[in-house]
Amino acid sequence: MSRLITRRRFLIGSTLTASALGLSGCDVLVENPNVQQALRMAEGLTMRTQRLLIGDKTLAREFTAADISPTFRANGTSMPDGAEYQALLTQKFSQWNLEIGGLVERPTKLSLAAIKAMPSRTQITRHDCVEGWSAIGQWTGVPLAAVLDKVGLKPEARYIVFHCADEYEKSLDGSGWYYESIDLVDAYHPQTILAHSMNGHDLEVPHGAPLRLRIERQLGYKQAKYLMRIEAVADLSSLYGGNGGFWEDRGYEWYAGI
Amino acid sequence: MDALDKPATPTRTLIRRHSLTVRLSHWLNVLCMTVLLFSGLQIFNAHPSLYWGQYGADDDPSFIAMEAVEEGDTVKGITRIGSLSFDTTGVLGVSAVDGEQTARGFPAWATLPSYQDLATGRRWHFFFAWLFVINGLTYMAYGFVARHFRRDLLPTKDELTPSHLGHEIADHARLRFPKGEQARHYNALQKLTYLLVIFLLLPLMTATGLTMSPGFNAFAPWLLDVFGGRQSARTLHFLTAFSLVAFVVVHVAMVLASGVFNNMRSMITGRYAIHMQPEGEPKP
Repeated sequence: MSRLITRRRFLIGSTLTASALGLSGCDVLVENPNVQQALRMAEGLTMRTQRLLIGDKTLAREFTAADISPTFRANGTSMPDGAEYQALLTQKFSQWNLEIGGLVERPTKLSLAAIKAMPSRTQITRHDCVEGWSAIGQWTGVPLAAVLDKVGLKPEARYIVFHCADEYEKSLDGSGWYYESIDLVDAYHPQTILAHSMNGHDLEVPHGAPLRLRIERQLGYKQAKYLMRIEAVADLSSLYGGNGGFWEDRGYEWYAGI
Repeated sequence: MDALDKPATPTRTLIRRHSLTVRLSHWLNVLCMTVLLFSGLQIFNAHPSLYWGQYGADDDPSFIAMEAVEEGDTVKGITRIGSLSFDTTGVLGVSAVDGEQTARGFPAWATLPSYQDLATGRRWHFFFAWLFVINGLTYMAYGFVARHFRRDLLPTKDELTPSHLGHEIADHARLRFPKGEQARHYNALQKLTYLLVIFLLLPLMTATGLTMSPGFNAFAPWLLDVFGGRQSARTLHFLTAFSLVAFVVVHVAMVLASGVFNNMRSMITGRYAIHMQPEGEPKP
């Protein structure tokens, strides 16, 4: 229960298992690529239906201070171990900058102080892990829309990609770095913020210091932590596994509204 | 009354019992509910604890939990319901994977896929959830428009009297089922059970499932108030699922006990045989 099992780690284990035991009939069906492709149709249907029902600006429920979880479980990476991050941490992120580039008019670097000086939004929302648990916390941060307006999106930009400081799965080809992506509907949603504070304090390392994404109408794995770079792109296929996120490259839905 | 002199051979009549829509939706539902159950247990296994309220995670008090507890060299599977604990080693909490005792909520034979793979479990669950909802809505529309609910499932006033229901319960308990003319229609217990499943349990399953969706919450936040929060909805989703499992167990047992061939034929071809005593055949 402590961690999600990555598809790769799991594939190594299960391939050995499967060949040793002979898979059950159901498992053979599960691993058939045509079946997998067919099942993926449900994701598009869910996304289109939810978008139609919710509307672009409808807010996720906000709670009161009394509803905040006594302990907010930290998931995924709890301490990025790269030398670069460790150095930034030692200097209390005074040398950290958020890099904003890609399909933008004015590529920019923003220091933590500059981000904290921008008009902020505070919201008490529920964080839902794909595993099934939930925690409620208070987040303060800059609306992503304000940051995007500052740099100016080029017309061909369709997605906003978040590159993180944690390599969640060690690999030789660098495919294990955490990243996430959202489309412009969610990027401009009023509750989509780059959070620098949680429950009234600076973000702690297990929760993604110094800056994490909050996108409140989707599941926990979309809430990328340890943000280093934001990139506007026209499509997602050229990034890592091509599915738009660390977990998406490992079989999870890109649209995580359910 | 010549018939009385000869040994009365009952006449066998094939009646049309289930419409094509009912038969198709029934079997589609069997498929959907089977996949939803086993993929649902796969999803549950990713975090085999249930809570009450808006939030709930490891440090919060759980209401039902399946845990692996180390005791010296061995690992025990403990299932906790409220303050009661049960040793469920081998089935819940801890079960064998490739011959090795492994921490898992439900065992490999109860999950789809058999090994731990939440992403695949979710793909299957949501695909078949869509199919289940489309099938259910089609059946509901048919039920009202073709008057299937009113004609076949709505109990009559007489059927709802305590004495009648008492009789039926006693008959069921002795596995004595209606014969002849009475077998043309569902009995009152069947009607009430089917109504409960169709109008309460299955909609509850869908509604509690949707209440766990952060996207759907934005559309219908009132569902969070109805069920007392996302984690309560998750608990109710689980409990309702097992109510449906209990229904299916009894349903299948009754199908077996009351004539498996005849019942299966009626749900496949639509034709159901009833046996009438010649003197008991009042209507043409």
